[in-house]
Amino acid sequence: MEAFTRLTSAAVPLPRPNIDTDQIIPARFLSRPRDVDHGAFLFHDARRLPGSEAQDPQFPLNREEWQGARIIVAGRNFACGSSREAAVWALFDAGFRCAIAPGFGDIFRSNGMKNGLLPVVLPAEAVAALTAQIEAAPGAEVTVDLRALEVTFPDGAVHGFEVDPFARHCLLEGVDEIGLTLSLEDEIAAFERRYGRENVR
Amino acid sequence: MSDAPRTMFEKIWERHRVLEREDGQTLLYVDRHLVHEGGAAAFEALRRRGLAPRAPERIFTVPDHYAPTDSRRLGDIRDPRHRAMIELLERNAAEHGIRHFGLGGPDQGIVHVIGPELGLSQPEMLIVCGDSHTSTHGALGALAFGIGSTEVAHVLATQTLWQRKPKTMRITVGGRLGAGVSAKDVILAIIARIGAAGATGHVIEYAGSAITGLSMEGRLTLCNMSIEAGGRAGMVAPDETAFAYLAGRAYVPEDWEAALDRWRALPSDPGAAFDAEVALDGGAIEPMVTWGNSPEEALPIGGVVPGPEASVDAERREVMARTLDYMGLAPGMRLEGLPVDRVFIGSCTNSRIEDLRSAAAVARGRQVAEGVEAWVVPGSEAVKRQAEAEGLHEVFRGAGFAWREAGCSMCVGMNGDIARPGSRVASTSNRNFMGRQGPGARTHLVSPAMAAAAAVSGHFTDVRRLLAEGG
Ligand code: SF4
Repeated sequence: MEAFTRLTSAAVPLPRPNIDTDQIIPARFLSRPRDVDHGAFLFHDARRLPGSEAQDPQFPLNREEWQGARIIVAGRNFACGSSREAAVWALFDAGFRCAIAPGFGDIFRSNGMKNGLLPVVLPAEAVAALTAQIEAAPGAEVTVDLRALEVTFPDGAVHGFEVDPFARHCLLEGVDEIGLTLSLEDEIAAFERRYGRENVR
Repeated sequence: MSDAPRTMFEKIWERHRVLEREDGQTLLYVDRHLVHEGGAAAFEALRRRGLAPRAPERIFTVPDHYAPTDSRRLGDIRDPRHRAMIELLERNAAEHGIRHFGLGGPDQGIVHVIGPELGLSQPEMLIVCGDSHTSTHGALGALAFGIGSTEVAHVLATQTLWQRKPKTMRITVGGRLGAGVSAKDVILAIIARIGAAGATGHVIEYAGSAITGLSMEGRLTLCNMSIEAGGRAGMVAPDETAFAYLAGRAYVPEDWEAALDRWRALPSDPGAAFDAEVALDGGAIEPMVTWGNSPEEALPIGGVVPGPEASVDAERREVMARTLDYMGLAPGMRLEGLPVDRVFIGSCTNSRIEDLRSAAAVARGRQVAEGVEAWVVPGSEAVKRQAEAEGLHEVFRGAGFAWREAGCSMCVGMNGDIARPGSRVASTSNRNFMGRQGPGARTHLVSPAMAAAAAVSGHFTDVRRLLAEGG
């Protein structure tokens, strides 16, 4: 996994509530292996005009001023719904490394931490303030610091945030949990002996 | 372990704890790992690291998302990518000695339908699957939740999972449900009340007389949609209804009496504390219909489409205007009488035998309205066999419904079963998201009886009226 320590970038606003992972990547693009670039599928339908292949020029991700943004600032309950990890892959492959919202779907939040995409939860008022700032000055930079656990808004305001310490460690180092858990083989084997063959047929 | 009263969730959590780190992360042991076609990336990740599944006997695979519903033969699948997904799952299972319930076999079906049906899902188990609706299995008193693909790889490799202890929420539904009101209406009413993020970070325990009065099928429907309220998992305390459902199923414990003794001690202790409590009156719940693109946007069938001006802030107004535009609705329109183009009775929410019985009771002696395309997609081969033994397929076919083969089908449309852009669908599935049933498709979530009522009426209607008229 790609490590995340500190990022300064433009941030694109997407202030709608309950954006689900079906919108982030529609189901018909889920049969591709991970090494396929999933960026092209990001918001595939949502960013197009209804019933057409043409891009909707109003959709924030299509707007000139936010090309190259690596942070997405979303509404409440962002990326709820389906557990599809391809939702993270699509964001990651399109260049995003951080999402800021008042809340996330639990599974997406966990998927993000395990794939180099930092989900940052801030209070709704702070997210609203940030959204207003990046809409007023598109391209204005936001800094997200995972070591300091702080986000710096374009106006200089600094907001602290929390993430799970274990997941933070893995993301800072760019390591995944499998290797670490495999090193706990003795503990797992001891549990299995205690637990027995229960529930196995 | 202290003597303080514990919730059912806490008992299951402690039972599966391998170790706990100082920072609160807990390594949990997984009893059952269910895998559908979506597991491909996880198997691939394992292969890249040169690892094999640690406990293949605890893993079960089944194709459902890409399963065709017009045939049981792989060769009939037109899209090579879809066929490859099913073949890949089969190969991964064979390579690692994993029990596979293959397409065309007697046990295939939607993963969340066959788990309970085969007795794979049991009280006090920890069950995971790379699918958000894994919450379904909690209806049997299991702790069951969906995980992402990286976590699937972790469970394959180690049979364990790192988790931080979630909070608990008890949702008590008292009273008795009225005639024509089902578990689907209960869960839609709950989500309308607490919101699509109302239970985020929480494991829900459903309790109260309206819940204990539900059949096993009803409880599975209820727990299925816990994720639509943001919940990590949903569960119902196992009781005689659950034990009677499980008795004699293929994978239940050999020492049944010993299992029963343990399971009877599982329900939350009197006085156990929950982090959040919600209460609803079951007697006040009516048949529900969603009107928007989030399951929280649900109303009783007698309701009218709300307008953007009803809410104050500008952002909310813009969102609602967009939702109404997508859904082809206008403020003040009555839900009753809204014409439908398609009806889908199926999905892991509502494709079990009882769901089909309740839909058939409405369809019997009636005809699907002109211009409506109505499908019944049983959740599993076993449901299909049972329904056919009861003659339900003839009721449906006689009324003009298509009787299909088992799979996820139009719930997500991955196999190509989708609705045309702009068409209005009465669906018994769990997600009314934009584009979920095909680009531009307009999904309204309802119970099986309400879906059948819409099919024979040509529009949404109060099923209680049809039931009163008789078939
Ligand atoms: S029926 Fe729908 S919700 Fe259930 S597992 Fe299949 S796609 Fe997911």
